[in-house]
Amino acid sequence: MSTTVNKSDELNLYSYLLHLDNTGAVSTITLLAFGFGQWLKFVTFHTTTQMLNTPLYNWHLSRSARMVEFGGWAMPVQYSSVIEEHNATRNAIGLTDVSHMGRFTFDGGGACAFLDSVLSRDVTSLKLGQIRYSFVLNENAGILDDVLIGMLARENQQPYYLLVVNASNRDKIKTVIENQLAAKKADVTFADNTESSAMLALQGAKAVELLEPYVVGGVKTLKYYNGKIAELRSPLPVHEAVITRTGYTGEDGFEITVPANCGGPLAETLRTFGEPFGLKLVGLGARDTLRLEAGMPLYGHELSETVNPFEAGLAYACCLDGADYTGRDALRRIANLQLERVRVGIAIEGRKPAREGCPIIADGKQIGITTSGSYSPTLDRPIAMGFVSPEYSSQGQMLQIDIRGKISGAVVVPLPFYNRQA
Amino acid sequence: MEKTNLLYTTSHEWLAVDGDVVTVGITEFAVKSLTDLVFIDLPQVGRAAAAGESFGEIESVKAVSDLLAPVTGEIVGVNDALVDNLEILNSDPYDKGWMVRIKMTSPLPTGLLDFKTYQQQCSEHGA
Repeated sequence: MSTTVNKSDELNLYSYLLHLDNTGAVSTITLLAFGFGQWLKFVTFHTTTQMLNTPLYNWHLSRSARMVEFGGWAMPVQYSSVIEEHNATRNAIGLTDVSHMGRFTFDGGGACAFLDSVLSRDVTSLKLGQIRYSFVLNENAGILDDVLIGMLARENQQPYYLLVVNASNRDKIKTVIENQLAAKKADVTFADNTESSAMLALQGAKAVELLEPYVVGGVKTLKYYNGKIAELRSPLPVHEAVITRTGYTGEDGFEITVPANCGGPLAETLRTFGEPFGLKLVGLGARDTLRLEAGMPLYGHELSETVNPFEAGLAYACCLDGADYTGRDALRRIANLQLERVRVGIAIEGRKPAREGCPIIADGKQIGITTSGSYSPTLDRPIAMGFVSPEYSSQGQMLQIDIRGKISGAVVVPLPFYNRQA
Repeated sequence: MEKTNLLYTTSHEWLAVDGDVVTVGITEFAVKSLTDLVFIDLPQVGRAAAAGESFGEIESVKAVSDLLAPVTGEIVGVNDALVDNLEILNSDPYDKGWMVRIKMTSPLPTGLLDFKTYQQQCSEHGA
């Protein structure tokens, strides 16, 4: 049904779904080496035996989703139109199943010190309810994964840590954690709750208004990058949920985690009650254009084990003078070196979108490569992110992009491409 | 154009044959399946077209698809209006949404589908 091919084979394909997957080195990027007709066949194709299904799988099918493989999961790429789903998130609310994201918890007296030895961001200084973007690095400061770490607590109970990792990196990070736990004999209870829970992203300016009445204590006062454990109110499933003011769209919004069996009812109720607000279901297609406009990196595209946080422009998520974690010493060395490449935003002239893997040219030579690219629904023009030599990274730098053998003009622009109005 | 009078390829192009000149586009089913069309690359008049080979590209937000020539010949007409306004494909894929005209230099290939057979193919694909 689908064929995994090298990126260099792309030009030989009649038609292919652009990389939705984000696995990088261990590539499960599914390109479709078929003609146009077969592509159409694929998009109505739903599952294979190897894929994991989220608790919302049947609900997606009932909402006429087109399913694709993403990070080992059968996920909806779109329900209606990617552009409509994108615009609904920018102007109203988008609801996305993000249950494929890995959800790990760490309990016990040694949890904080242990996480400080694994994560690039200072965990000791995390306040209750606070969430931070961080990395898990290798010894060379290459990025094993980009993650969110948060500290949460039920009322009158000890806090625990929640780590959210990329679907495609879940097994890899789990192995890193388990190996280090065994080596350090730390007093930590580690659990992978991914498959026993469902996670929904409710994103957009009207998300707070929709959710506010249905959460005990409300969500209005929850600060950006903060979270809490709270009871949901009827007609939402009356159950405890983890609610964080986080997202991957550049909009205000929430990510809500509930037990697996509450996932379907939660999604369906939010959909029904959200419709008057203009809520649309959003698949991974629009999730990708939303995060691209917001300048957010995607593992396997902008981030990989051979990219370090300085090159990615994300060194803010690394603490160089605190706890000792894997990759810290390498980061300290890199901090004093001239970078070989840096991540930039690129606006492309004309209408033809550059995709991942297009050579970037300046002064008659290749000086970089694109890592993500698409049509931007908000800006109504093609945009891309890529890595270029630092001397070509200044705003306004004129570039050329080789898009499958044809040259388009381009210019370096600041990231993000889109900033929501405060 | 009357859909029932057109011929079709298994790769979702339609063709209208008028003597030795064939007008080519893509079907409503193809447009609906691709969704979110953002770019089309069409050839210049005078270029050669070969049956089964690409004469251009069409891109949606998420995918790039080659447009396959159903016949062999020379491009004698290109719908430049489409390049400026892809929206036409959503409203009128069979008339204003035509893409190229090809003057055939070889006979019509075998294996083209009539309307009924093409419809059947689409319904098997879960249209």
